[in-house]
Amino acid sequence: MTAGVARAGAGPAAGPGEVLRLESVRKTFGGQVVLRDVGLAVPEHSVTALIGASGSGKSTLMRCVNLLERIDDGAIFLDGEEITDPRADEDAVRRRIGVVFQSYNLFPHMTVLDNITLAPRRVHRAGRAEAEARALELLERLGLAAKAKEYPDRLSGGQQQRVAIVRALAAGPRLLLLDEITAALDPVLVGEVLSVVRDLKEQGMTMVISTHEMGFAREVADQVCFLDDGVVLEQGPPEQVFGDPQEERTRRFLSRVVASGRLQG
Amino acid sequence: MSGDARTAEPVDVAKDAAGDADDGYRPSERRLAHEAYRRGRARRSALIATASTLVTAVALYLLVVNSPGWEVTRRTFFNLDYARQALPEVLRGLRLNLELMLGCGVLILVFGLLLAVLRTLRGPVFLPVRLLATAYVDFFLGLPMIICLLVMITGVPALRLSGVTTDPLLLGGAALVLTYSAYVSEVFRSGIESVHPSQRAAARSLGLTNAQAMRYVVLPQAVRRVVPPLLNNLVSLQKDTGLVSIGGAIDAVYAAKIIAAHSFNFTPYLVAGLVFIVLTIPLTRFADWLTGRMNRRQFQGGAV
Ligand SMILES: Nc1ncnc2c1ncn2[C@@H]1O[C@H](COP(=O)(O)OP(=O)(O)OP(=O)(O)O)[C@@H](O)[C@H]1O
Ligand SMILES: [Mg+2]
Repeated sequence: MTAGVARAGAGPAAGPGEVLRLESVRKTFGGQVVLRDVGLAVPEHSVTALIGASGSGKSTLMRCVNLLERIDDGAIFLDGEEITDPRADEDAVRRRIGVVFQSYNLFPHMTVLDNITLAPRRVHRAGRAEAEARALELLERLGLAAKAKEYPDRLSGGQQQRVAIVRALAAGPRLLLLDEITAALDPVLVGEVLSVVRDLKEQGMTMVISTHEMGFAREVADQVCFLDDGVVLEQGPPEQVFGDPQEERTRRFLSRVVASGRLQG
Repeated sequence: MSGDARTAEPVDVAKDAAGDADDGYRPSERRLAHEAYRRGRARRSALIATASTLVTAVALYLLVVNSPGWEVTRRTFFNLDYARQALPEVLRGLRLNLELMLGCGVLILVFGLLLAVLRTLRGPVFLPVRLLATAYVDFFLGLPMIICLLVMITGVPALRLSGVTTDPLLLGGAALVLTYSAYVSEVFRSGIESVHPSQRAAARSLGLTNAQAMRYVVLPQAVRRVVPPLLNNLVSLQKDTGLVSIGGAIDAVYAAKIIAAHSFNFTPYLVAGLVFIVLTIPLTRFADWLTGRMNRRQFQGGAV
């Protein structure tokens, strides 16, 4: 299994144009090993989809990359710089990584607009007018301009989801982590978010997306990583992972997903 | 008629809904009939409430008036002449209580919040600050108010420190601030802890520093949540301002004491007590109303 990881993970040196790189990352909670030995390389301007059963550690992996959790062993590199080094400036790292959480985590005491402009104004020191203009432009693109002055608890789940995406984008990140962003959406909205992600990719954004929507992963991803039992068991372009999976466990996972109707197209 | 919120509300809401949408909607016969029925029920509940209150009041009155010691009690506690004499004095003294409450209230909020925030600081540099703040709160939470007051009012002047006031009012006020800051800091701290960690995580992942996350994300939510309990603290502060009278500051209680002392009649105390109660009721009701409003806001709109 470890050999598989070495094969699946990138080579020893951080290649050029590589935004994110995980090497032998281990993360446990108490006695429970969630990530055993995870290797992963995310090239610039690419979309990486993380798939795997519920509880396989997709969210945990993202929280580790964002330094919200401290890894037990291994290393994570952002643009070739080791961010898990205890001497790294965590705030500076987080400024370069945008996250959309599975549970959105919008700030309930702020309007949509204030949610979005908080980081640009307080972290990046943009003026209010400038930050709001940019926020409105982003909201417009996701069809939410009319909700700018609303409070998050008056939005539907899908609307909150899109606001969270805009909020992450407004901070101007180098890398975007999207955790399960289609979970609360109907098929039409999934299509919309899909096109948003495609737009972002065209504009050069690098993204890591965790999802249970295999159709979504197949549509949008450049590479798919199957997370199982704490390792990246299988990794490759979507056609290969979905069309011709090499590992028995991947095949079993996919057939279960097909049975539940989440893999079409 | 009175605040029977449960029956009154649906009617209001229905009116709002009918007024809001501008789509040529006419209430149906069924809806009008339902509303008429609800109004009838509301009127009936109001009638029953009034009747039962009257009956209870009369019963209580008869019970008290027919008790064996009533005559003596009435003379020492319910003497109208003394009441009339005491009221203006008590009201004059009450000004002091109100000033004390407002002045101390502001200081208490500031110190309480400061203490609570100091206790959330992480990192080795802040260890002494954290320990001091914790020790302070532990000490003043446990120390009875009256002892704190006595120590301040009699102890501080005895030290004969130059430049330190001996004014019992200021010292009494300081004792209130010392004690209440500890209570209020605990209220703020519970508010801070009630904000879900994911909120801080979201703020941090946007690149906000720890201090910025506290200031823009955690504290605003925490403070909003603790407004009702803070108002309750204010109510009890309002009462406790009466305790500064033990140092000889002429507040409402002391004014009553002066008259009681040379008349050997306790009516002035009763007057002072009633004045405090009258003052407290609106504040308590306001706190209730605010709590109710906040709860309702929290439950409408299903935040995921
Ligand atoms: N803070 C924590 N403390 C203890 N255990 C945790 C914590 N966070 C996650 N876990 C555990 O780690 C495992 C992986 O959780 P994680 O949320 O990463 O899964 P996931 O792949 O994102 O699942 P899903 O698809 O349901 O979102 C789970 O078994 C979970 O119980
Ligand atoms: Mg998850």
